[in-house]
Amino acid sequence: MSDLTRLTLAEARDGLKTKTFTATELTKAHIEAIEAGNPALNAYVLATPDHALAQAKASDARLAKGDARPLEGLPLGNKDLFCTNGIRTTACSRILDDFKPTYESTVGGNLWNAGAVMLGKLNNDEFAMGSSNETSAFGPVVSPWRRQGKADKLVPGGSSGGSSAAVAAGLCLAATATDTGGSIRQPAALTGTVGIKPTYGRCSRWGIVAFASSLDQAGPIAKTVRDAAIMLSSMAGHDPKDSTSVDAPVPDYEAALGQGIKGLRVGVPKEYRVEGMSKEIDDLWTKGIEWLKAAGATIHEISLPHTKYALPAYYIVAPAEASSNLARYDGVRYGLRVPGKDVIDTYENTRAAGFGKEVRRRILIGTYVLSAGYYDAYYLKAQKIRTLIKRDFDDAWSKVDVVLTPTTPSPAFAFGEKSGDPIAMYLEDIFTVTVNMAGLPGLSVPAGLSSEGTPLGLQLIGKPFDEATLFRTAQAIEDAAGRFTIGERWWAGEAKASAPAAKAAPKGAAKKKPGGK
Amino acid sequence: MHVDEKTVRRIARLARIKITDDEAKGLEAELSGILNWVEQLGEVDTSNVEPMTRVVAQKLRKRDDRVTDGEIADAIVKNAPMVDDHYFVVPKVVE
Repeated sequence: MSDLTRLTLAEARDGLKTKTFTATELTKAHIEAIEAGNPALNAYVLATPDHALAQAKASDARLAKGDARPLEGLPLGNKDLFCTNGIRTTACSRILDDFKPTYESTVGGNLWNAGAVMLGKLNNDEFAMGSSNETSAFGPVVSPWRRQGKADKLVPGGSSGGSSAAVAAGLCLAATATDTGGSIRQPAALTGTVGIKPTYGRCSRWGIVAFASSLDQAGPIAKTVRDAAIMLSSMAGHDPKDSTSVDAPVPDYEAALGQGIKGLRVGVPKEYRVEGMSKEIDDLWTKGIEWLKAAGATIHEISLPHTKYALPAYYIVAPAEASSNLARYDGVRYGLRVPGKDVIDTYENTRAAGFGKEVRRRILIGTYVLSAGYYDAYYLKAQKIRTLIKRDFDDAWSKVDVVLTPTTPSPAFAFGEKSGDPIAMYLEDIFTVTVNMAGLPGLSVPAGLSSEGTPLGLQLIGKPFDEATLFRTAQAIEDAAGRFTIGERWWAGEAKASAPAAKAAPKGAAKKKPGGK
Repeated sequence: MHVDEKTVRRIARLARIKITDDEAKGLEAELSGILNWVEQLGEVDTSNVEPMTRVVAQKLRKRDDRVTDGEIADAIVKNAPMVDDHYFVVPKVVE
């Protein structure tokens, strides 16, 4: 049998349908890949093989009866920010300790009700605060990608670094992720995977550990544009348990892929040509413009004048909301408790021991900007800037249907390269954060390799609830750029001393290559 | 904007996070750095701008006022570090 872990989600779905293999075989192949690869990559913080095999068995029964649901028997990874009924959920923080929720997140429940199989819980930056996965209490995730001819450990991006690494390495067919300032799109860009943050309200936030409630959204990271479309169709939907979730029909995103982009108006914002942007990112952007033109789109320069204020405004809004959301971790109702001489001392000991450095830093910033006398100068000011950022986009939508930008200002970096300077790390999100501030959908699609041989992504930004246009535009880019997969799976215990041969494969060619294991 | 050590300690107290003397000194510089960086928002004239309260224009839905949940005390205390019957146990608060 060919290597099942190299299949895309759509290919695996078709293989199950034609009975080329069973859900149990597909699940076992991924469990073996996790056992072989996770020691080197650290993408999973908890593998749940027994749970997965039980789900796969049930799926095989349904497939045999011809009663398959949309994701029947397809093994996925689940970010450890999503609560899982009876299965440890930590947000990769010590403060949640051995927390086992007694309920399932709505998005997770939607996936399992659609027949998907859960392989385990994926690593992330603690409480999703980070852009490199280095703040996780379980230690960093190692990217399956390496610089050409080098073996330095690279970051897989963050905060959904476990999700992006697991998908890129074939440790799951696709994964759940969350995005507050770029946490789906930036890791997708750094690992050659596709990630979409849907419109705020498209997916329910219920049962997902909260970071910044007015910015948080769930979405998938997947191997292809089609796979991401299949995933989002099942994840999205109205949920009465989240009052900000939107009661609007969820389109069949996969059906949108074939529609092409003839006549589509694509905006290119001049403010995204930031100082210090690398030439290869600039060249990639130009290539993206050419591809969309060749596919029949028209290109228009637009202006989003408040772009440069999005990131500093974000670093007021997000910590403020985080300091409020994380007030619940007090060592009383769940999670870690470090006893003190009285109840306040217990709170202070617990929170000092339970939260990592970056989380403590953001709680303190948030507490400061919300403290008496500072609210108007910081939080209110930042929320006014948000109005201006959204207005910039509202103006743009009269001229264009979609906006094209790079996803990140630079390629993947090595461990420790940016962790010493909070602001250098915050700048990773410079192109993605505006999308969260305005509540819009944003998608990152792989578009090329850097001079070091590591992946680079382009970002598409859409009108509210117009994810379908993002998918068909991304499909045009994927058709032109090809997919970017890793040839040699060095992490699977059979590594050679040399770096992996990473190359762009033409569409659909990945599965034809000889399997690594 | 400079945040002095005294302010760092006051904020940490408000946030209920114990910090050591060394940490207080480090945080003084880090918090000042971040707050200086966000000062650039002062360049933007927002005098006639409404603060954003929601990103998607929709009315907050209301549901009927009825009990939809309950009788799950076991589940609620299941993850607590210290429990007595169905009560959370904390150090003595009132003498």
